[in-house]
Amino acid sequence: MSSRHYNFLSNDKSIRGFSDKVLGSIPEYVKIVEVGPRDGLQNEKDVVPTPVKVELIRMLVSSGLPVVEATSFVSPKWVPQLADAKDVMAAIRDLEGARFPVLTPNLKGFEAAVAAGAKEVAIFASASESFSKSNINCSIEDSLGRYNDVALAASKLSIPVRGYISCVVGCPVEGMISPSNVAYVAKRLCDMGCSEISLGDTIGVGTPGTVIPMLGAVLNVVPVDKLAVHFHDTYGQALSNILASLHMGINTVDSSVSGLGGCPYAKGASGNVATEDVVYMLNGLGVKTNVDLQKVILAGNFICKHLGRSSGSKTAIALSKITAHASKL
Amino acid sequence: MSSLQEPLGLDKLPSMSTIDRIQRFSSGTCRPSADDMGMGNCWIEGRGCSSSNCYEEDYEGHTRGTFSWRRHTRDLSQGDSFNRRTMSLGRNHMMCGTVWDSRYFPDHQYNSESKDKEMQDLTNKFWKGIPKFVKIVEVGPRDGLQNEKNIVPTDVKIELIRRLVSSGLPVVEATSFVSPKWVPQLADARDVMKAVQSLEGSRLPVLTPNLKGFEAAVAAGAKEVAVFASASESFSKSNINCSIEESLARYRAVTHAAKGLGIPVRGYVSCVIGCPVEGAIPPPKVAYVAKQLYDMGCFEISLADTIGVGTPGTVIPMLEVVMAAVPVEKLAVHFHDTYGQSLPNILVSLQMGISTVDSSIAGLGGCPYAKGASGNVATEDVVYMLNGLGVKTNVDLHKLLSAGDFISNHLGRPSGSKTAVALSRVTADASKI
Repeated sequence: MSSRHYNFLSNDKSIRGFSDKVLGSIPEYVKIVEVGPRDGLQNEKDVVPTPVKVELIRMLVSSGLPVVEATSFVSPKWVPQLADAKDVMAAIRDLEGARFPVLTPNLKGFEAAVAAGAKEVAIFASASESFSKSNINCSIEDSLGRYNDVALAASKLSIPVRGYISCVVGCPVEGMISPSNVAYVAKRLCDMGCSEISLGDTIGVGTPGTVIPMLGAVLNVVPVDKLAVHFHDTYGQALSNILASLHMGINTVDSSVSGLGGCPYAKGASGNVATEDVVYMLNGLGVKTNVDLQKVILAGNFICKHLGRSSGSKTAIALSKITAHASKL
Repeated sequence: MSSLQEPLGLDKLPSMSTIDRIQRFSSGTCRPSADDMGMGNCWIEGRGCSSSNCYEEDYEGHTRGTFSWRRHTRDLSQGDSFNRRTMSLGRNHMMCGTVWDSRYFPDHQYNSESKDKEMQDLTNKFWKGIPKFVKIVEVGPRDGLQNEKNIVPTDVKIELIRRLVSSGLPVVEATSFVSPKWVPQLADARDVMKAVQSLEGSRLPVLTPNLKGFEAAVAAGAKEVAVFASASESFSKSNINCSIEESLARYRAVTHAAKGLGIPVRGYVSCVIGCPVEGAIPPPKVAYVAKQLYDMGCFEISLADTIGVGTPGTVIPMLEVVMAAVPVEKLAVHFHDTYGQSLPNILVSLQMGISTVDSSIAGLGGCPYAKGASGNVATEDVVYMLNGLGVKTNVDLHKLLSAGDFISNHLGRPSGSKTAVALSRVTADASKI
C-alpha cells in the first residue's frame, strides 16, 4: 500500500492553511543530503567492498536524492572503512543527477580529494571544546584555522565547502552546549566561505525544547538558506526535531538510507535518522523533495541485504512487510 | 555525526550513570509562558525561572539567579560570549536561554532586530498551543501484551503493572475483557484485576467489548472501562465482526450501564487516518464516530492511528475536524510508530491543544497488519520528548526504564524504545570502566 494514499489531504490548499497555523513557515521544498555512504558506512564494523558502495551510491542517485555524500578523505589509519575513497570517486565520476561532496579533514585531505575528482567538500568542527579535542585532536580554534586553509584553497578552485558542526545540543563529555557557542562556530564557518552549515546533534539528545533555542541563536547570524540540520535518532527524537526545524524555516535535512550509522557513544544505539522515514514524513506534509521513496527503499534493501541485517528505517520495514504479506493473496 | 578520526572509546569517557544521563539531557527546558512572550528573546533558565511553565531544577555552581535579558546583554558586551559558556554547568542544569544579542555581532545589528522578531514570532507560534501538563495513558499491559505471540504469565503482568504505577503513570490500562477465544493473551483478566486492585496512584481501566464483558469487568473489580469503535466500516467488520452502527449500539448499552454505576467509559476510535482495507479515512467520518461516543457518555475519546500511516499533514486536518465536534480536552491521541511518525504526530497534536497521549512501555505491541513492523509508540520516547519540551507528566523516566527493562527481559528481546536502548547502552559501557 503506497504511502501516497495517506497524504491526499495535504495537497489541498485549504489544508495547508491549517497546517500553517500550527507548523509555522515550513518550506515548500526540502533538500535532502544523503550521508549513508559516508557517515553511515564509516561506522560499519566490517569494511564494505568498493563495488557495493558504488552500487549503493548509484541507486541513491537514481532515487532523486540531490546530494549524496560519497566518501571521506580522512586518513585510512582512522577510518579504514573508507580507505577506498579514490576508487569510489573514480567509479562515480560519470554519475549524473546528484552532487557528491566528500569529507576533508585538512588541506592534505582536500588536495587528495580534488586529485580524485571531488567537486565539493565538507569540513567538520565542533561546538564543544572537549569533543573537538577528543574527536579530532585539536581545539575548536585550531580546527577553524585548518579549515580556513581548506576554504581558501577551495575558493580558488571554485569548490563549494560545507561546514559541519557537531554537538550542537549536547556533548558526551560536557553535557549541554550553549546555543551561543553553536552560533559562534556557525558564523566562523560562514565567514570563511562555507556555503552551507550542517548542525549535528551528534549524540541525539535534542528535543524541540533545545533545538529551537539553538536554531534561534544560529539563525541570528547565519541566513536560514545556508543551514542544514543533521539529527541523530539515538533517543527516537530526530523526526520531531526535524519538524521543529522546518517550522523555523530550515530547508535542508541530512539523513542516512536505512538509518545507517550507529552512535559510537552508546554502542548498539541508533545514530542517523533514516532517509526513508524522513521522506515519508515530508511527503505527508506535502513538502517536495524530488525523491522517489520506493527507490530509496530499494537502495536501503540492497545495502541491508549486504550487511545482513534489517533496515533501521521503520517506513522501509513497514512497507516491505506489507508487500510480503500482500503477496500471499 | 560520528567520530571522524579515531573513534572516541567509551573508556575515555567519564563514567556516566543512567540517572546522570537522564537528568543531563532529558530534563525539561524552559519555554516562554504567555506572560513572557513580550519581554524579549531570552528565556529564563534554571532556578531563576519566573515562568510557571518552567521545569525547575536545582543546579550546582551556577550563580546567576534570575536571568534578565537586559542584564545578560550588558554582560555580553563586557566579554567574550564564547568563553562565558564555560561557566559551570551543574549536573542537573539545563541551559535553555537563548542569547540574541545584536551587540555581539555589530555588523548585523540592524538585520538582527527584525530577525529577532521573526525568530520570536516563529518560536511563539511553535509553543503557543502546547499544554503544560500531559496525561500519559499507558497501554502496554493491554494493547501491548495482547499482541504477544507467547502468553505472558499473570505474575509477570502484575509486576509490570506495579512498576508502571510506581513510575507515576496516571493511567495504566490493565487488561481486557474481550473473550479469551479472540484474545487468549489476556485470558487471565480476572486474576490480573484481583491482584492490582490494591495498587494506588493510577487509574486502571480495562477494555470491554460489550455489556457482557462490562459486567465481567465490574465483577472483577474494574472501576473504569474502555470501548472501541472504528472510523472505518471495513475495519469494524473485520476486527469486531459488526458494522460501526452496530458497535455503537452495543456501546450505548455499556455506557448506560456504566453510568448507573458511576463508572467512567473511554471510547477508542481506530483507523483515524487510514485503514488497511479502505485506505485514507475522511476526517468527518472520524468526527462522527467520536461525537457518537462522546454523546453516549464517554468521558474521553482516544483517536488511534491503527496502522501508523499518519503524518502531521494528515493528523492536523483530522484533529481540526474532530475538535469541532468534541472538545479538545476530551480527546486523546494514540499513534502507532509503524512508519516512525508517532513523535512528530504527537508533537503537532500537542500544538493543537491535545493533552492526553497513549503510549506503550518499551513500544510493546506490534502491528498486526504488517507482521514484524512496530506498533505502539514507546512510552520512554514520549516521556523523553515531553521532558525536553518542558511539559509535565509526573512520570519518573528512570522508573519507567526499569519497568521496560523488566518486561523486555522477560520477553527476551531488546526494548522497542530508542531512549531505553540509548540509556541502557551508555550505562552498560560505563560499567566497564
